[in-house]
Amino acid sequence: MASGAASGGSANTDTYEEARSWLLLPAWVTLVALSLIPVLLMLVYSFLTKEFRGGVIWEFSLAAYDQFFFDRGLFGDDPATLEWTYITIFWRSIWQAGAATLLSLLIGFPTAYFIATRPETSRPIWVFLVTIPYWVNLLIRTVSMKFLLRDQGPLNDLLIGLGLIDSPLHMVNTNFAVQLGLFYSYLPFMVLPIYAAVERYNFALSEAAADLYASKWTTLRRVLLPSVKPGVIAGCILVFVPSLGAFLAPDLLGGAKNFMIGSLIEEQFKGNAGNWPFGAAASMILLTMVLIILMIFARQQARAEREV
Amino acid sequence: MPSNSFDIKSYRGFQAITILCLIILYAPLIVVMIYSFNASKSITVWEGLSLRWYADVFTGPESGKFKLAAWNSFLIATIAATVATTIATLAATGMIRAGKFRLRNLSYGLISLPLMVPEIVTAVATLIFFNAIAFERGLMTILLAHIAFCIPFAYLPISARMQGIEDSYEQAALDLYATKRQAFTKILMPLMMPGIISGFLLAFIVSLDDFIITNFVKGAGVETLPTAIFGAVKQGIKPNIMAISTMLLGVSVVMVTISYFISKKDQKS
Amino acid sequence: MKKLLSTAATASLLTIMAQTAQADGQVVVYHWFEYIPQELVDKFTAETGIEVVMDTFDSNEAMLASLKAGGMGTYDVSVPGDYMVQIMATEGLLDTIAEGELANKGNIAPEWLDVSYDPGRVHSIPYQWGSTSFMVDTATYDGDIDTTDILFNPPTELSGKINMLDSQGEVLAMAALHLGIPQCSQDREQLKALDAMLQKAKVHWASFNSDTAKEVLVSGDAAVGQIYDGFGAKARAERDTLKYAFPTQGYVVWMDNVVLLKDAPNRENALKFMDFLLEPENIAAVSNYARYGSGLKDVAEFLDPELATLPESNPPATAGAGAFIQVCDEATQAVYDQIWTNVKK
Repeated sequence: MASGAASGGSANTDTYEEARSWLLLPAWVTLVALSLIPVLLMLVYSFLTKEFRGGVIWEFSLAAYDQFFFDRGLFGDDPATLEWTYITIFWRSIWQAGAATLLSLLIGFPTAYFIATRPETSRPIWVFLVTIPYWVNLLIRTVSMKFLLRDQGPLNDLLIGLGLIDSPLHMVNTNFAVQLGLFYSYLPFMVLPIYAAVERYNFALSEAAADLYASKWTTLRRVLLPSVKPGVIAGCILVFVPSLGAFLAPDLLGGAKNFMIGSLIEEQFKGNAGNWPFGAAASMILLTMVLIILMIFARQQARAEREV
Repeated sequence: MPSNSFDIKSYRGFQAITILCLIILYAPLIVVMIYSFNASKSITVWEGLSLRWYADVFTGPESGKFKLAAWNSFLIATIAATVATTIATLAATGMIRAGKFRLRNLSYGLISLPLMVPEIVTAVATLIFFNAIAFERGLMTILLAHIAFCIPFAYLPISARMQGIEDSYEQAALDLYATKRQAFTKILMPLMMPGIISGFLLAFIVSLDDFIITNFVKGAGVETLPTAIFGAVKQGIKPNIMAISTMLLGVSVVMVTISYFISKKDQKS
Repeated sequence: MKKLLSTAATASLLTIMAQTAQADGQVVVYHWFEYIPQELVDKFTAETGIEVVMDTFDSNEAMLASLKAGGMGTYDVSVPGDYMVQIMATEGLLDTIAEGELANKGNIAPEWLDVSYDPGRVHSIPYQWGSTSFMVDTATYDGDIDTTDILFNPPTELSGKINMLDSQGEVLAMAALHLGIPQCSQDREQLKALDAMLQKAKVHWASFNSDTAKEVLVSGDAAVGQIYDGFGAKARAERDTLKYAFPTQGYVVWMDNVVLLKDAPNRENALKFMDFLLEPENIAAVSNYARYGSGLKDVAEFLDPELATLPESNPPATAGAGAFIQVCDEATQAVYDQIWTNVKK
């Protein structure tokens, strides 16, 4: 009774304290077994010796990481220099994911802002409209994009029909197609957090700025943007991180030629390469990068909250 | 001065960008929808309206394959979403309604782990795991992998909902000598229903959507809709694929609409 | 751990078991995509009552990777190319077919009976054989196409419009023919030259696709594409300006074979399936569908007469020699893997 009185009206209580272990046990068991242990096992595998043509030999080896970072020439006996192959692939992935994020921001921010400034009754409908495509199977969306962009596809037909171009634009199998595909895959992730932040924003601040003769764009830049910054950063992270390890967009829209991290890893297990420890090492490096980004983000969010 | 404040809020061009955004989002889907009704065998030539590719999906040479794949997909999504939602509901109660405890942050980290790990990494890790314990690959491996990554998706709406429910209702029940089990099943659960349904639908769609992890852990000849479609698409986009896509698109839209109206009705009450 | 996980999900397992249990009379085939007519599969099921479960792959290497990544024990038969039969045998992935287990073994044509990659045919039977070269869209380029320069040193109008097979074996074998060096060369200068040549060539290539090899040519997305002869014949039927090349430097020949996998869950049914494919009438149905040659005697009467005159399977007198892909030892293979990585990066 005492506890009820003390916490009356709050959502975080200790009502089921004695059952806590039992309530959490299923989640613990499932996630430790199927999420945590596999990731740890992958870490172990990245330090094992590769078996010729797929699989591992249970012997400690640094060969996977060595292959990632050092170039020992065609025959493996040149003095080691920095290996650019995989760094290039990672860099390309970062670049592509970055471009997709920027594209999402440029289109997602105005959209989120526009939706958040609609009358309260129509906002959910706008949000609904923006989120529906996200619920459509990612594979289907990517295939649809490919169909639209083909040399003899509807978009080229339309542009030629309008007289804007004479011969079809070649878009499939280009970096642009991959960026567009990534943008298309994760756009709602950009819009929703920004929308939430703008919706919470107190427009009296903008009015105050306007009263002080600040121009509209100055108001946007100096008053609104700093207040909604956490939402913008959250949106960027939510687009950037999944884009980094994406497989479908680069594979279907990029022609499997300009490798991104996802295809590099996939090939180690399902394709020609068959080098499991290397695939595990590349996955570990990707995971480390993502976790670092998320940690920086979490720290920034915490700081932003303290300031507010 | 409402008109003035509205003026301050609006920026020229933002509306146009929003329209552009919606066009980009919908154009590819609408184009595929239209072409799925194309009578032609070629995907580039339009020869008039027809339902032949829908008939082809159900009776054509590949119908058996796609029916089995659809059955697998829905079976896995239903079981995975049910199990994940149950686990997530219990976990949310344990996290929010069971007091402070030392492992709370760690538990939270564990629950959100599948969200933080990129999909391709989860796929690799799961493949390695099943390989290391020599677990034979088949529907079971897909199901287990799906349950794991569906948990955080089910957990998010459920915990958000629980955060919004004051415990005064349960306290009132407990004051009237209800047992804790009764307070949980008779009071908290009904209040939680909208969150649980959203969580289930979210998990269901996420499972139905998954390609990468399924592709890594699936067994011989076991296909889900996404892997079957991927296999077919690799050999070129064919009209029957567009028909399947349009139907799957319909399923997704219906499910989001349901979840939208549930949350809307809930806000009103 | 395994036990724990299994018990934790018994309920759902039961549902799934109910689905697979009905299929005890089945054979699980790991096959190339678009390589067997559905009618033939149905005929097999009608004759034997055995259900055929089909899974597909798009390259020999991908099939090997998948089998080694946990696929063993789930498939009964697979259809590897010649060199892959040898690799799979060395890796211990193949079961041995005892003398007398295949009633129709006598139907194998003598020249395909004692092959270097499977002496005495103890693991495999012939499926189809053909060549790998490339096709050129003559609407885009009307010069001489019977040279490997088209792929590795293309004229400007073809640069950037080339699709290569996503298959290390086929690309590197063709490259070796282009340079006139042996396939598993250990000569450092030759290997360096091969690497350098491919680095220069790859800037002209648009994509690596095996399963869309036909599609990209038919749709016009590519003007040159590496392709198998039968697949090429199908492409030409859909776009008649495509022409299959027989380079003077030579081209790749291959034979796909049906192999019995180790730990096959339905070994008996797998042997029935293999015997079925050793019937001239049945394998002729595959040839008529896939447009390749079979390795059996007495098939001629069942074949589509058009097959005999296909330009894709009748090399002109100027054509170079056909070469099988060779299997290198582990150390040499490491260098070739490195060269392939350099191509794909």
